[in-house]
Amino acid sequence: MNEPLPSAAGPVARLIEEFHKLPGVGPKSAQRLTYYVLRAPAAEAQALAQALLDVKDKIVLCSVCQNVTDVDPCRICADGQRDRTTICVVEEPLDILALERTRSYRGLYHVLHGVISPMEGIGPDELKMKELLDRLRSNEVGEVIVATNPNLEGEATAMYLGKLLRALGLKVTRLARGLPVGADLEYADDITLARALEGRQEFSG
Amino acid sequence: MTLPRLFKTEAIVLRQRKLGEADRILTLYTPTYGKLDAKAKGVRKTTSRMSGHLQPLTRCMVQLARGRSMEVIAGCQALESFAVIREDLQRLSRALYAAELVDRFVPEHVESHATYHLLLDTLRRLAQALDADSVLRYFEMRLLEHSGFRPELARCLGCERQLQPVTNYFSPGAGGTLCPECAGGTAGPRPLSVNALKVMRLLQRGSYNDMARLQVPPELGQEIERHLRSYIVHVLERDVNAAAFIERLRRDALFETIEV
Repeated sequence: MNEPLPSAAGPVARLIEEFHKLPGVGPKSAQRLTYYVLRAPAAEAQALAQALLDVKDKIVLCSVCQNVTDVDPCRICADGQRDRTTICVVEEPLDILALERTRSYRGLYHVLHGVISPMEGIGPDELKMKELLDRLRSNEVGEVIVATNPNLEGEATAMYLGKLLRALGLKVTRLARGLPVGADLEYADDITLARALEGRQEFSG
Repeated sequence: MTLPRLFKTEAIVLRQRKLGEADRILTLYTPTYGKLDAKAKGVRKTTSRMSGHLQPLTRCMVQLARGRSMEVIAGCQALESFAVIREDLQRLSRALYAAELVDRFVPEHVESHATYHLLLDTLRRLAQALDADSVLRYFEMRLLEHSGFRPELARCLGCERQLQPVTNYFSPGAGGTLCPECAGGTAGPRPLSVNALKVMRLLQRGSYNDMARLQVPPELGQEIERHLRSYIVHVLERDVNAAAFIERLRRDALFETIEV
């Protein structure tokens, strides 16, 4: 009766287990990925393993902006062409990629690695806020753009930062809020619509 | 209670967590169906029609479809978004504290009109009141009562005698007051001043308006806050996360004043 359930050979089971730990990967996907690797050429498995190791070995946080990078300071911080008087504060490294895609921002960044989230017990001390304040003390920054997400936690973080930075005599700006491209007015919530009205601009089309 | 296949209800969004690529799981508090988790699909995309209506602390009308593991939000419309609370860290930190307490105190799927309205009234009061802390103390006392943890404040829980107008003790473990003799020597109970006892009795028996009329000096307010907090932590057997942020704002004197 107590015969163990049939399971895959040791190393296979182990790989399934490891894939299963990844976010969004269920048991079936983990099995499928494992059997894909099993059938793939050895070079491919080698490349995957090496990429996994490199990401842990070679990636560090930029000592200036806290972005993930393989050279320190990171390429954006080291770029002499960029406007060093403006810092854009974002929640996560991925937000930098999104902003860079716009090709309309030429200043520097700062990554907080999270947002103030009182109910989860995440306060200012758990974020890279001290690092930001240190940066602002030492150089020629004139404007800080707060680009946290326009949701409850992002707004709380922006308010907190705003008060802190204004006390230092800095110009603090916030990304505009309003209607996203492709939206419908009738589905917009009151706050978004009110902000869109407040921030309306003369139409020069 | 078995839920209908498709139903509409008023709800306050207590908290949210991310799920997968673009979804969120929301904890909703409803008057008729109690606390329940619901999946909001696609609300992390900028083109979501629902995300603005489903921010935490929003009171909204939601259309829910019964799902296999949890309800799915089919439609929603914000009724009150409490913009005043969102724009002020003092009010916001306290509103989040209230939402966290409700989330920790109430069980899932239990009908709860009284507690629902307590939370709603508290949010409305936080949007208006100058003294956000009094609003919270009144809320805490009522929530404890609704949840069956009404603290004893009339008699000593040791000897059953009426309390005398001297410094007595408050014991989270015993669930209320102890007279100086009964509290003697044990570590748990903390001294409870005569004035703090009076205000706590008023919180327990009076209406919110009675409390709002009262001018509580800061030191007394903090004593009452400590007693209620220690009792709540004892009942929940865990810390309230949002309390740490309120403390933090107090320490950064920068944030002390409420903006009107």
